[in-house]
Amino acid sequence: MEEALRQIGGRIRGFAHSPPRPGSRHAIIIAVTVILGAPIVFGLTFTLLPAFGYLPSIGGHALTVQPWRDLFSTPGLATSIRLTLSTGLAATMLALVLAFCFCAVVHGRMRERGADALLAPLLATPHAAMAIGIAFLIAPSGWLLRLISPWLTGFTVPPDIATTQDPWGMALVVGLLAKELPFLLIVILAALNQIPVDRHMRAGRTLGYGQGIVWIKIIGPQVYRQIRLPLYVVLAFSLSVVDMALVLAPANPPPLAVLAFQWFMSPNIARYMPAAAAALLQLLLVAGAIGAWRLGERGAARVGLWWTMRGGRGLTGELGLKLAAALGMVALVVGFGALGALAVWSFAWQWRFPDALPSIWSFEIWQRQAHALIWPLGNTLALATLTVVAALLLAIAWLEGEDRVGAKRPASVFHPVYVPLLLPQIAFMFGAQVLAVKLGIDGTLQAVAWAHFLFVFPYVLLALADPWKSLDPRYARSAAALGSSATGTLIRVKLPILLRPILVASAIGFAVGVAQYVPTLFVGGGRVATLTTEAVALASGGDRRAVGVLAVLQSLLPLVIYVAALATPRIVFSDRRALSGRV
Amino acid sequence: MTDILAVCSVTISIGDRGLISALDLVIEPGTVTTVMGPSGSGKSTLISFIGGHLDPAFQARGKVLIGNRDITGLPPERRGIGILFQDDLLFPHLSVGANLAFGLSRSVVGREARRTQIAEALAVAGLPGFESRDPATLSGGQRARVALMRTLLAAPRALLLDEPFSKLDSDLRRDFRRFVFDRAAAKRLPVLLVTHDPADAEAAGGPFVGL
Repeated sequence: MEEALRQIGGRIRGFAHSPPRPGSRHAIIIAVTVILGAPIVFGLTFTLLPAFGYLPSIGGHALTVQPWRDLFSTPGLATSIRLTLSTGLAATMLALVLAFCFCAVVHGRMRERGADALLAPLLATPHAAMAIGIAFLIAPSGWLLRLISPWLTGFTVPPDIATTQDPWGMALVVGLLAKELPFLLIVILAALNQIPVDRHMRAGRTLGYGQGIVWIKIIGPQVYRQIRLPLYVVLAFSLSVVDMALVLAPANPPPLAVLAFQWFMSPNIARYMPAAAAALLQLLLVAGAIGAWRLGERGAARVGLWWTMRGGRGLTGELGLKLAAALGMVALVVGFGALGALAVWSFAWQWRFPDALPSIWSFEIWQRQAHALIWPLGNTLALATLTVVAALLLAIAWLEGEDRVGAKRPASVFHPVYVPLLLPQIAFMFGAQVLAVKLGIDGTLQAVAWAHFLFVFPYVLLALADPWKSLDPRYARSAAALGSSATGTLIRVKLPILLRPILVASAIGFAVGVAQYVPTLFVGGGRVATLTTEAVALASGGDRRAVGVLAVLQSLLPLVIYVAALATPRIVFSDRRALSGRV
Repeated sequence: MTDILAVCSVTISIGDRGLISALDLVIEPGTVTTVMGPSGSGKSTLISFIGGHLDPAFQARGKVLIGNRDITGLPPERRGIGILFQDDLLFPHLSVGANLAFGLSRSVVGREARRTQIAEALAVAGLPGFESRDPATLSGGQRARVALMRTLLAAPRALLLDEPFSKLDSDLRRDFRRFVFDRAAAKRLPVLLVTHDPADAEAAGGPFVGL
């Protein structure tokens, strides 16, 4: 079969493609540019202008630096900035180091397919739900203390200590880690497919290096090149996260993104301009942090090369690696514990403090919440479905268009679709809201879907691009040689072969859509309620059991889709081993 | 100073298919022993067993000794056995010099001493001044020689050759083969070569065993 394909490939190479039709490809590029670009350009502009006093709708007509004066005279601003930088950088750095050490230690014992399923619950859980779960776990009256009280701690009432919303933002770092570590792990596993890991591992070990050290010195640097952009996304996100910070970060003063968010949401419209200034400052912080990170990369590369060239076999360093890997494991366990805490609380009718488990379990809370859940659930489903279907169609059109003109896109080179993921949402969502108002669509489901699309599309495209590009081009060539049209080949050959990655990309897009908080509130004008907005709204004061129900539902929805995405190819292709995704 | 490499009654099977049964080899320092056999006969499996990389799917019995020391239970990195693979496996993110530095034994201490050793190794390989080159810009023969030097700089106590000549063109192949045997003899290493090419066995000039 392989041989036959190769011959066909050789014979018809060069004229197998249908004649390129630049028209349709240009149409796709223009569509993507407008759909993604307009809200960003408009959004940034209408954050920039109010930051300098121009916002006609509230009477600001002259350019002034007053908003900046207001911002910098805010008490605690320096603390906000420090908190933003320290939590964002700490979470990203820890996630990276722990992910690398984890891979170095469990190398060969973790295969991508297995890890997929294991990490799926953590990947699918929205940040807001994870934050709530972490709070349920580590709060003074949380599950962890209940498990060890009173027999170990002696507490019979919750102690008066700040374990969430602690002044250093450690709870936020833990929360971010529980989400970003699994993300980086899955990204690293995908990158490993591009590297002859096993052979390099053998070569390194015959030169006298232990497994972990080969991973760190040889595999790690090769992986790093490929995961650089996702890592910047993690950095930008960790610096700018709002929903998770509302639950886990200190409230007074809060991180900068939360400060801007609260001012934008304030009923006092005089807050809008300093809010815009804060949002712009947030953008500058993210840009500065990414720039500093890049400088750090160079320094690290130099030190790493020096360390590698010294030739230390580092058998003693293995212990540190194992320690870090154990810490990574703890972070994953905390993530699962948070999900468990959500589930337990949603069924806890009565749960007095030092008890390890509820004394009375009940479905009652779910039943009581049912009527309140209908709308948010319906909105969430409608938005996610709409955006995922649109993103999928556009991504397929985009990739097929690239195939037809024979475009070669080198992996890991910067791509413009990353832009929405690298910008802090707070820096352009206010302006995007202004655009929605001008178009007369603010507060509608379509407008919110558009805002979600900005973040769903890049993930869908990125998830699909690698499998799409690595599909053997000779399949399409042999189909063409058998007389199939380009569209026929797409529908009858490419899409079926790519069913699994298409479904996985959809599931990822779905999870991303469900998790959106800031865009939903801004562009929805507070009128489009989703599970995420409701969960965050209730989290600050509400009944834990009701919050638990919302957060469980919020995590369950993407997880069900994810499991369905992994299971469907197994059923459809149960008699086709290569396509079913079984190991 | 160097010791023999000995393989004592090694039996390897996968499932209920036997690959190697009760194989004994004693390889003197400075000599090459060739194991010949068609593909699938278990040649590479034998190399994996000696090197410590055997896939757990295989069942193996027997011992590997260097001198009097039994190394059968050691992990690959502690065996002191250098392997030259079919592919050169130069690490693509490191320069030629850094690849060699990665291989160079930790017993050579000090920046200057390490640099000198690497420069000497490159000179021996006929590639003087190639330290900062990207491995991807080297020809196949050049890469193969760098890979050998990298293996030897780690100061192994025995050398295994897993068909390292099979991917080279015939002229290049003859030169590189000569180069490998000369270098190994100069270091008085016991060498085990597995191949399916009788010309390799002939050039090795030592005893040979069929599988």
